[in-house]
Amino acid sequence: MSAAMDTESTYSGYSHYSGHSKKAHRQGRDRHKSPRSKDGSRSEKSVTIQTPPAEPLLGNDASRAEEGQDDNWGETTTAITGTSEHSISQEDIARISKDLEDSVGLDCRRYLGLTVAAVLGLLVFLTPIAFILLPQILWRDDLEPCGTVCEGLFISVAFKLLILLIGTWALFFRQPKADIPRVFVFRALLLVLIFLFVFSYWLFYGVRILDSKDTNYQGIVQYAVSLVDALLFIHYLAIVLLELRQLQPMFTVKVVRSTDGESRYYSLGYLSIQRAALVVLENYYRDFTVYNPALLTASKSRAAKHMAGLKVYNVDGNNASGQSRAMIAAAARRRDSSHNELYYEEADHERRVKKRRARLVVAVEEAFTHIKRLQTEEQQKAPGEMMDPREAAQAIFPSMARALQKYLRTTRQQQYHSMESILQHLSFCITNNMTPKAFLERYLNPGPTLQYDRDRWFSKQWTLVSEEAVTSGLQDGIVFVLKCLDFSLVVNVKKIPFIKLSEEFIDPKSHKFVLRLQSETSV
Amino acid sequence: IAVLSYFILFQQRIEIHKLRQGDNLILGFSIGGGIDQDPTQNPFSEDKTDKGIYVTRVTEGGPAEVAGLQIGDKIMQVNGWDMTMVTHDQARKRLTKRNEEVVRLLVTRQSLQKAVQQSMMS
Repeated sequence: MSAAMDTESTYSGYSHYSGHSKKAHRQGRDRHKSPRSKDGSRSEKSVTIQTPPAEPLLGNDASRAEEGQDDNWGETTTAITGTSEHSISQEDIARISKDLEDSVGLDCRRYLGLTVAAVLGLLVFLTPIAFILLPQILWRDDLEPCGTVCEGLFISVAFKLLILLIGTWALFFRQPKADIPRVFVFRALLLVLIFLFVFSYWLFYGVRILDSKDTNYQGIVQYAVSLVDALLFIHYLAIVLLELRQLQPMFTVKVVRSTDGESRYYSLGYLSIQRAALVVLENYYRDFTVYNPALLTASKSRAAKHMAGLKVYNVDGNNASGQSRAMIAAAARRRDSSHNELYYEEADHERRVKKRRARLVVAVEEAFTHIKRLQTEEQQKAPGEMMDPREAAQAIFPSMARALQKYLRTTRQQQYHSMESILQHLSFCITNNMTPKAFLERYLNPGPTLQYDRDRWFSKQWTLVSEEAVTSGLQDGIVFVLKCLDFSLVVNVKKIPFIKLSEEFIDPKSHKFVLRLQSETSV
Repeated sequence: IAVLSYFILFQQRIEIHKLRQGDNLILGFSIGGGIDQDPTQNPFSEDKTDKGIYVTRVTEGGPAEVAGLQIGDKIMQVNGWDMTMVTHDQARKRLTKRNEEVVRLLVTRQSLQKAVQQSMMS
């Protein structure tokens, strides 16, 4: 495999990378101790893939069995981000500990908020009913009889409460999508408003009606109706504050990923910084290509070479600041051919990727021609060797496996696709009558983060870093950073400019033309 | 007197004797321009809104070249008729009248103007 890569590269500067991959391969082989992998010939490789036992593909210890049978798919743990295995394990520990301690604290806070809101909601909903029922229960005999008017009011109260219930359910009863660092200001404001409102109504009721045992039942029922009306208006206020206000776009937000510079623009309305961060993150998972640390190794090695190039020895022992500037100037002036290397390396890499891609497309197209869908009439007639999609996928997979694996290796995506996931995708494509190109769409280009397995995301726990308070609103020029362990997203907010639009009326009859001539006559 | 002489020097009088070729009397040059034409396409004019008649080609050895007409000259008058505000066809007609054997042109030339300006400045 690596021998093939060496023969394809023509520029000697690439030997640095082939050296790395050779080491990785050797590590992989030694670790897994598969007897069949000692021979590096191509035909041997296809044989090893063709005989997987059925059990590990369906069972739960798939990862272990994959590593055991073929080192190609199990090479997910060799050097991804760090330079040695020690650094990887430390990062993993940091990640796990952060997950544990953060999840406990925030869950408590979230559930506290939810329970407070639920209790308040229930109280508010039952208040009008209580207002109407309490006089009946406590001093029924003294009440004035109240005929059709009261009954009409009862009906209106009932329907208004029903509408309020449905509206509250539609607006508020949702799965919380995220944990945000600070309290959601508008929601808290609304809860406080509702609480004060209902409290003042109860106060009035308690003092004026319960204590004095008012006998005008119609007045009491009208009081309850006014409460329900006011609650409906508060619900309207909630819709406007929570949902409608941020719909109109006011800001354009630029999001740049720090590791590779991929950037996107989004339009947002009046939001607080934490809610804007939430919107950006939701769109991040859909729009940005997945973070691939394997793609950064090239620039890191170049940076290492730059640093190793010039060494400065401090002989006298003082004047450090002047020295650093001299060092940078000397490094810049040094005749350095790394730009040349970069150019040839990139051209070479592109050529290799295109070649492998061509081989892959041909192999997949050929593999797909081996499968034919049976119509329902034919299914009774040809009972021999009928396969379901999973078996069909397993049958044609070996002929494209090597080409696919080589392509994934070249584009450094091999850790994002395990053999099991490829087989699943293949059977999915076969079931839905997809063409080879549709099957390959997933592998040819890196897709958004959502497309991949959760433990390959590198980005689940986010921290919002901001100079302004996170509950303050967005303004022009604000910059905040969304950090996760491996990379960060820098967000820059700009206001949409005030547009001055004026009108100009053109009469359709005013479109007239003349010929522009320049003739030459000889005399 | 100096002013008058400058006026005269800006323009030149050229007398062309027509040559008989078969049934036609030819002058040996081509004209372009006119008030019905597009002045911006005129390569010889300094001011691109000038709609006057310009000499666009002079045939070698023809009567015009012999008389001293040069390419790029602007024709101001032909036999006393003004040519600064005529259409292209009118200009052609005025130059190719059958009963005239000689045409007297009043032309102006940029090189003339520049020579005069230089001598004025020095």
